[in-house]
Amino acid sequence: MTLVWLVVVPFVAGAAAWVADRWSHAWPRWIALAGIGIDLAIAVTLWFGTSGAALVPGAGPWLAEIDVRWIDALGIHLHFAIDGLSLLLVLLTGLLGVLAVAASWTEIQDRVGAFHFQLLWILSGLIGVFTAMDLFLFYFFWEMMLVPMFFLIGIWGHERRIYAATKFFLFTQVSGLLMLIAIVALYIVHGRATGTYTFDVTALAGTPMSSTMSWWLMLGFFGAFAVKLPMVPLHTWLPDAHTEAPTAGSVVLASLLLKTGAYGMLRFVLPLFRDAAASFAPVAIVLGVIGVVYGAALAFGQTDLKRLVAYTSVSHMGFVLIGIFAGTTIALQGAILQILCHGLSTGALFILAGAMQERLHTREMGRMGGLWADAPRMGGMTLFFALASMGLPGLGNFIAEFLVLAGTYRVSPIATIVASTGLIVSTVYALWLVQAAFQGPRHGTARLRDLGVREMATMAVLVAALVWIGLYPQSVVDTASPAIARITSAPRVASRAP
Amino acid sequence: MAAVPMTHVLMVAAAIFGLGLVGVLVRRNIIFVLMSIEVMLNAAGLAFVAAGARWQQADGQVMFLFILAMAAAEVAVGLTLVLQIHRRFGTVDADAMSRLRG
Amino acid sequence: MLGLLWLVPAVPFAGALVLILAGARLRRTGVAVVGAGSVGVSAIIAALIAIRFVTLPPAEGFFTQRLWTWIRVGGFAPEIALRLDALSLVMVLVVTGVGFLIHLYSTAFMEGDDGYSRFFAYMNLFVGMMLVLLLADDLLLLYLGWEGVGLCSYLLIGFWYRDPVNANAGRKAFIVTRVGDTAMAVGLFLLVTRLGTLDIQGLMQRAVDQWAIGSPLAVAVAALLLAGAVGKSAQLPLQTWLPDAMAGPTPVSALIHAATMVTAGVYLIARTHVLFTLAPSVQLAVAIIGAATLLLAGCSALTQHDIKRVLAYSTISQIGYMFLALGVGAWSAAIFHFMTHAFFKALLFLAAGVVIARMDDEHDMFKMGGLRHDLPVAFWTFLAGAASLAALPLVTAGFYSKDLILVETWSSVLGGPWLWIAGLVGAFLTSIYAFRMVFLTFFGTLQKPPTGRSGWRLHVPLIILAILAVVGGFVELPATLGDRPYFSDFLHAALPAVVNDAARAGAIARLQIVAGLVSIAGIYVAWALFLRHRSLLARLTRPRPARQLHHFWAAGWGFDWLYNVVLVQPFLWFVDVDRRDAIDRVYDGIAWSARAGWRALSATETGRVRTYATGLTLGAIVITAIVIFL
Repeated sequence: MTLVWLVVVPFVAGAAAWVADRWSHAWPRWIALAGIGIDLAIAVTLWFGTSGAALVPGAGPWLAEIDVRWIDALGIHLHFAIDGLSLLLVLLTGLLGVLAVAASWTEIQDRVGAFHFQLLWILSGLIGVFTAMDLFLFYFFWEMMLVPMFFLIGIWGHERRIYAATKFFLFTQVSGLLMLIAIVALYIVHGRATGTYTFDVTALAGTPMSSTMSWWLMLGFFGAFAVKLPMVPLHTWLPDAHTEAPTAGSVVLASLLLKTGAYGMLRFVLPLFRDAAASFAPVAIVLGVIGVVYGAALAFGQTDLKRLVAYTSVSHMGFVLIGIFAGTTIALQGAILQILCHGLSTGALFILAGAMQERLHTREMGRMGGLWADAPRMGGMTLFFALASMGLPGLGNFIAEFLVLAGTYRVSPIATIVASTGLIVSTVYALWLVQAAFQGPRHGTARLRDLGVREMATMAVLVAALVWIGLYPQSVVDTASPAIARITSAPRVASRAP
Repeated sequence: MAAVPMTHVLMVAAAIFGLGLVGVLVRRNIIFVLMSIEVMLNAAGLAFVAAGARWQQADGQVMFLFILAMAAAEVAVGLTLVLQIHRRFGTVDADAMSRLRG
Repeated sequence: MLGLLWLVPAVPFAGALVLILAGARLRRTGVAVVGAGSVGVSAIIAALIAIRFVTLPPAEGFFTQRLWTWIRVGGFAPEIALRLDALSLVMVLVVTGVGFLIHLYSTAFMEGDDGYSRFFAYMNLFVGMMLVLLLADDLLLLYLGWEGVGLCSYLLIGFWYRDPVNANAGRKAFIVTRVGDTAMAVGLFLLVTRLGTLDIQGLMQRAVDQWAIGSPLAVAVAALLLAGAVGKSAQLPLQTWLPDAMAGPTPVSALIHAATMVTAGVYLIARTHVLFTLAPSVQLAVAIIGAATLLLAGCSALTQHDIKRVLAYSTISQIGYMFLALGVGAWSAAIFHFMTHAFFKALLFLAAGVVIARMDDEHDMFKMGGLRHDLPVAFWTFLAGAASLAALPLVTAGFYSKDLILVETWSSVLGGPWLWIAGLVGAFLTSIYAFRMVFLTFFGTLQKPPTGRSGWRLHVPLIILAILAVVGGFVELPATLGDRPYFSDFLHAALPAVVNDAARAGAIARLQIVAGLVSIAGIYVAWALFLRHRSLLARLTRPRPARQLHHFWAAGWGFDWLYNVVLVQPFLWFVDVDRRDAIDRVYDGIAWSARAGWRALSATETGRVRTYATGLTLGAIVITAIVIFL
């Protein structure tokens, strides 16, 4: 039942926030904070409550599960379940949801209720995506988070918001339709082969089908997730959407929405189409490597602070793609850690970029410079997260990238070496980011207000999380390992010849 | 009664249909366009009648009655529209009415 | 007592943390006490541990402290564990000891700076990271310290961030060393994949068990680790960052050059010497890189005007000696030279710092001169450092360490006359540029009198280091001069002795006399050219080829230019061309063709009924035709 609460609480809180806007602008903020805070609390309790026996591999797949018949005629169930992988992502959603609400506390002054309504519906959709184990339900949530995101960018965004929102919508919608086709086809193939028509993920995992069919269906899923991830060359919606979105939108996009792509690959592409995914792996790894280097190089070329950070996401999610398709336990653990750490570090960078834009009314790095003197706290935090983003040892991203690359070396040394050069380029852009904004001579004379208590508290949480994962990632690793064990040990389906 | 050859009737019907079609395509006055459509309908009716006679089936005649009824209804609606158009645009020139241009 | 080992790196970290969190609220004295004190406490703990380690050595000759398992995944389980053995003990003592003196000096040197607490926070972090690097029992933890010192060098070189030159220099240092670091990381991936662990001792054991001497994997790993070492230690071809690193405050230079950072590469190779022994070709490359670097950097040092840049090139050159020693298997000689170098290089930088500060931030030696009466402490201590750098025979520490390297280069089975000659030429260059500094700065006519005064906190470290720069070499007396190799004996618990070629081992005394004469000859040349007969120098440098050579050397043999043309400019070009992401143009193309299609089709929507009717007719005719004729 807790799982239903996870989805329903932000959903209801969102609606309540919209209504409450009639009375005061403060109400929606507090309601939203409470709503997502409750979710975070539920997720944390779930984590602590089950960190014992249930996380041992082989002790049953789910930490919590609810399975109710919904549309019987089509075999559709309301099937929510959570394992270590889902739990980590739900925790991330809760944490960054709280931070996103906090980050918009002063930035959003227009249609506050509607804003929080959209934000919470996205979060609710995200949690649904991370916990749904019925493909129909999954698709439902997948589309459900899309629409509020469109409005979030389109209404509260910056200068080119309509363009960015439309682009985002088109990319995700088209790729989502690919997935819908694949889902329906898989449903029919499974139904014909076994006689039971179902959308249940675990049941579908063993569907016997020809390798050609499995290849095409895998591509359908992969396409949808690759756009979300995003994978080069499907990434171009991302810089626009991230740049134009309001701070909370950028945070949710970068830290959470992209993760649905990685999650989808881990949850669906690998287990459902094991052989097809294995034969597709070289392509995916090459594209991931290209993403790592290309994204980093483009990040360095940007003059817009948020755009720079956006391209770093392309680079970092390239590591995730490599890790997922390398398929070794070490690489998969690295990919999951990278999902979490990228969420934390990039979320922080977007919050900082938003804080800077709120104060300076520009995102152009050419018009910043020398801000350290006025805002040492902001500078220190930017430096910290820039360093995290380039993979400084001791912080979570390093562990993640190290594991991904170490795990990939067994599969492809060349890919590992080329992807490693991304570490050099990431140094170049991370240091450039700090230098352009905070070092050098001052532009203008206006004093910059340093980070306040609310912002420092936000930052402190993220710093603590990254240092914790950097120095003692074992708790996260242990949580994820049963899920990974299932992925790596999933039975191979004997595929019929086409 | 000497049977009129089937082909002759169909050729006459085709000729009438062609005349009506040309009328629809070349006339700009909506009333004439409407009349040309009537001509085309009647050509079709003639073909039906001929076919009914040829196969000794009542269906052809029945179809003609349908066409008659439909043509009457069409003229009623069409003329109403023409009146409305005339009132709104002050003309019955079909080409002047291109509000639906893309 | 040994159980307190974790405190050695932890105390500087704690100091850094306190300064970062509360530095703004502390007064200057508070900052100084925390900043210098934390390193001091660390040094005291290290000294106590050393006493305990020497008097009551652990049974196996080393002590390991496991703190926690960093991560355990898929059979790979790096530990956060510290290891104390003879090698790391020596390094830790030098780093904390010299580090403390530099911190003490800094408390006075940085007195007037706005970023006082920020400075000490970075410095403490630097020392802490270096100690992690040294004490790490696991290559992954070592890598943490390794990157950590890179980070701190970046922060400190760019400490005065308002000037883009400084910020650029810091960035350059980090990026160039990160190139090496990345190669090293690839080496770690290879090790994890092939040997399944990064625990240094286990690694060495498994490497010996599984890899034959000269096996391709061993060569690859050793080469990749060497690339990392070359980056951090500023050796060819990644030496370009170090001269620019002079942009930082002078104590930072002292810390980077003497106690931390640049010696990390030497330490890494010594620490993983087993791998290098398994890859003789790479070990030879180490020696050749060392020899080439010491010559190139020596030449460049001769041509610099900025006193700090001379010292920078001198460091590159001296680390070259250490690499040379490592390359010929004279492991403990390399560490010995590291120790004496730490003493005299820290001393030279700190003394130069006093001179520069008293000359109102003047770096150009040709604008100084005759300062020996006005700055007596700086003069005498600098003289001691320069003599030690020039390896003045018998009385200086530098003589004993450099002599050991030269002798063992000659006698080792891996060395030989050619490498020895390179080292000897380097020694000649060293003593010329060392005393060029002395003569230009402290002798000759007084060009500009110094201003201000220097307090005890500046002088005490200078004097202690000067004493160490003289007597520090007596811990290792060669066979011809008393034969008391205490230092090597101590290190042999951790590092094997050099393997000598019996045919070349007999000539030690002659080699030493030659080396001593070369050193004195260099000093004479420096005296002749830069003090006595300045006109001779002018005549020497007048011809065009000589001037060009001078420029070439002064610009560091054109490496910066080369990298700029080959790497930096193409990268910038690509970034500039692709700033708007060429891939997005493909999607723009899709959007454009959709719009073009819309435009084309909407043109058919004339709104004319007759046109539509024509279309209908034609369509009907075509379809009918198709039905009939096909």
